[in-house]
Amino acid sequence: MEFNAPAGENLFDRAKIVGKSTPRIDGPLKVSGRAPYAAERHDVAANQAYGWIVGAGIAKGRIRAMDLDEARRAPGVIAIVAATEHEPVASSDFNYAPLFGGREVSHYHQAIAVVVAETFEQARAAAGLIRTSYTNGEGTFDLKKAAPGAPLASDRPSDSAKIGDFDAAFAAAPVKVDERYTTPDEAHAMMEPFATIAAWDGPKLTVWTSNQMIEWSRQALASILKMDADNIRVDSPYIGGGFGGKLFVRSDAVMAALGAKAAKRPVKIAMQRPLMFNNATHRHATMQRLRIGAERDGRIVAIGHENWSGNITGEAGENATLQTPKLYSGANRLIANHIAQLDLPEGNAMRAPGELPGHLALEVAMDELAEKLGMDPVELRIVNDTQGMVPGEPDTKLSDRNLTRCLREGADMFGWSKREARPGRSRKGRWLTGMGVAAGYRAAPTMKSGARVRMTDRGQLVVETDMTDIGTGTYTILAQTAAETMGLPLDAVRVELGDSSFPVSAGSGGQWGAASSTAGVYAACVALRRMIGEKLGFDADAATFDGGRATLGVESWSIRDAGALTAEDSMTFGEFKKDYDVGTYAGHFAEVKVDAYTGETYITRMLAVCDAGRILNPLSARSQVIGGMVMAAGAALTEDLHVDKRFGFFANHDLAGYEVPVHADIPHQECVFLDTLDPVSTPLKAKGVGELGICGPGAAVANAIYNATGIRVRDYPLTLDKYLDRLPAIA
Amino acid sequence: MAEDGFMKVSRRGVLAGGVASAAVGQASILRAQDSSTGGAAKQAKVPVRLTVNGTPQELELDSRTTLLDTLREHLKLTGSKKGCDHGQCGACTVMVNGTRINSCLSLAVQHQGDEITTIEGLGSPEDLHPMQAAFVEHDGYQCGYCTPGQICSAVAVLEEIRNGIPSHVTEDLTGRMRATEMEMRERMSGNICRCGAYSNIAEAMAQVAKG
Ligand code: FES
Ligand code: FES
Repeated sequence: MEFNAPAGENLFDRAKIVGKSTPRIDGPLKVSGRAPYAAERHDVAANQAYGWIVGAGIAKGRIRAMDLDEARRAPGVIAIVAATEHEPVASSDFNYAPLFGGREVSHYHQAIAVVVAETFEQARAAAGLIRTSYTNGEGTFDLKKAAPGAPLASDRPSDSAKIGDFDAAFAAAPVKVDERYTTPDEAHAMMEPFATIAAWDGPKLTVWTSNQMIEWSRQALASILKMDADNIRVDSPYIGGGFGGKLFVRSDAVMAALGAKAAKRPVKIAMQRPLMFNNATHRHATMQRLRIGAERDGRIVAIGHENWSGNITGEAGENATLQTPKLYSGANRLIANHIAQLDLPEGNAMRAPGELPGHLALEVAMDELAEKLGMDPVELRIVNDTQGMVPGEPDTKLSDRNLTRCLREGADMFGWSKREARPGRSRKGRWLTGMGVAAGYRAAPTMKSGARVRMTDRGQLVVETDMTDIGTGTYTILAQTAAETMGLPLDAVRVELGDSSFPVSAGSGGQWGAASSTAGVYAACVALRRMIGEKLGFDADAATFDGGRATLGVESWSIRDAGALTAEDSMTFGEFKKDYDVGTYAGHFAEVKVDAYTGETYITRMLAVCDAGRILNPLSARSQVIGGMVMAAGAALTEDLHVDKRFGFFANHDLAGYEVPVHADIPHQECVFLDTLDPVSTPLKAKGVGELGICGPGAAVANAIYNATGIRVRDYPLTLDKYLDRLPAIA
Repeated sequence: MAEDGFMKVSRRGVLAGGVASAAVGQASILRAQDSSTGGAAKQAKVPVRLTVNGTPQELELDSRTTLLDTLREHLKLTGSKKGCDHGQCGACTVMVNGTRINSCLSLAVQHQGDEITTIEGLGSPEDLHPMQAAFVEHDGYQCGYCTPGQICSAVAVLEEIRNGIPSHVTEDLTGRMRATEMEMRERMSGNICRCGAYSNIAEAMAQVAKG
């Protein structure tokens, strides 16, 4: 089915199941410990051996020798696949640095061997006996040093754009901000490690793994292992978090496959936590410059956002300018995104790639501008809302944008009017208190997505798609969509996900998953309705499906009478969408208290007001948004991969050194969804929210800290060492 | 088990603990090698008896086997999760003789005769423990990987508060202890949820605490 025009009035406008808060259908399995994650699938292959990955001890250079003898003699060892004895694996479209690279080391903790043993303890112990010597190479590890000479990432408009005469307009603007901000490298730090069980059956390979994008991974494994993709099955029904880190096949899958081949047995690998941070991908650090010039009434006349980041590829990186062309008006504009080549581990997408650090800078610059103007920061944003157009794109229409409502309604709910505008003036006992606001924008893309629906002769419905549930609530929204479309109760629907033998879906990434995969299931269900109609002799497209029956005029049929049927289809998204900017919008608010004596910061309240079209399941959508707010709080306050610039690696590579927010850091969070519909997005008029929730709250926290203390820190995270000596005098 | 010790572990405290535990891990690996005779010689195994979710278990284990791996790999009770294997995340939280611990930081041989309760022992999909049901109702999770540890901790936290065991944020050490939001958040801070379900978990716990 092709979605080739904006959706009109349809069955979802009368929905009984879609759009209603629904506890997850996979919930009882998860809370009782019965949902099987990748490394836990004892049942899928007999005789599983254990693999332990050895990571390179240098960032760049060459392996001189690996002494494997002692390890090979160690108790329980079955096989060792080592870089000095095995060809490098091939590359793929989905990774740059080889996941097992032979003697050439391209980043720290790159996999250089896998030890396979009878038990986990034996594999770990034997791995410790491998002695590797290296010839160190020269590497570039310091973004600050590499940035000045870094070229533009590309000449695409998203990396380089000039509208009007930015330089002249900025120079002439009566009020302006010109500041630089930095954000550090960050880790996905999902709770489930990269994990895979791999088993060979002749030429056929099955990987039970933890992965967001099943088809990408099947194709990547085919390239990497030089195999026919048809001989590979990827299965990933439960995923313990990904956040972009599991968009791609990583070395757990590759080394498990190589280890299983060598051991002639299924091999299970759960990557050890301290290896994950340097072995796998991360969010790139950025350096940003914001220049915003405004009239005295607050209207922006010039807005310039320049960004620098680095990557091993010398490409892509973290484009922190992405939201800037969309959020605010202004006739004269500059976008420049530079990329340096670095020899740190490979960077790639982490939740709202680009926009997370982008909002941390842009939305603080807006706060700084508001202060210079003597204007309320909520009003400044509303004055500069793009007024129904995309700046510089006269031919692009907005599908549905309610940013001003998000900000206004959020300000009301949050009690914004009680905010003391003068920074550092609100004090309660030992606490300096403050409030901050930020706007949020994140695009709402859709991707082709397929599904198969099987109706059993007992009227049960099974949905099968290689779509994944990474915690996003996919199982439930797909069941809701199928139940709604077929007119069945929710508990008549079972959903099977994450298996590459199912139809290819959009997968989970870029906040496209929910909107795309529900549309795909809808397409398959429409095909099934038509089969039922043909079988029973009615026009399914004209009929209403409800309560297990199809009704047309005065006639009615029990759909079970059609017998067992299977339909498959996918939703593709037509050209017409190119005429529109389809986005999601938020107003984010935060309140903090800062200890006047010690400088410790506590977030005391957070609110997100979100505009993201129809919310398919408000219960799990709220979880996605508050989860984003938590991760944004981490980005603002604690998360920081420290680069050892001498040896080229992330030094704090475990969950003790890399500090993500914990319970004590996070207060009650409010999340409100506007009752909007976006007919341009999908037939369900829905958009994703998984990344919207992280776009803005970090800046709201930073602005709240400024409001509390009067100290502006522009280098994230805002740890107290960066402002303790500047706190106001206590007495 | 030093129950107070575990309860008082703060986020920052975990840092020191994590480093220490990593060092211990290394040492035990080296010792194991010293004592091995090389080649594929059979390693001595240690008999371990413990009770898991009410069922007595007799196992022969490599002495290096953690309680967590005993559960996950030997008893195939995979509800207890391995997030870090270093005492840094709480995903492996189980109850030992009624006290919660990080089972990755504890060797099975330390638990001769102990009573272990895991998430599977708290309830089943058909018959959920009230805390499990509250997590479903309040969506106190997303990916679900930290969830068994969160639930085991949550159940134990309410018990600790009932028993009057103080925490870092307890204001009145002599009065009746109350399950305030801060009290629960502080005590839960050894259980990381990267999906960021904290606010919903707090609501689930508050509901159960009210009874
Ligand atoms: S697995 Fe035990 S604390 Fe992380
Ligand atoms: S639910 Fe995913 S880490 Fe907590």
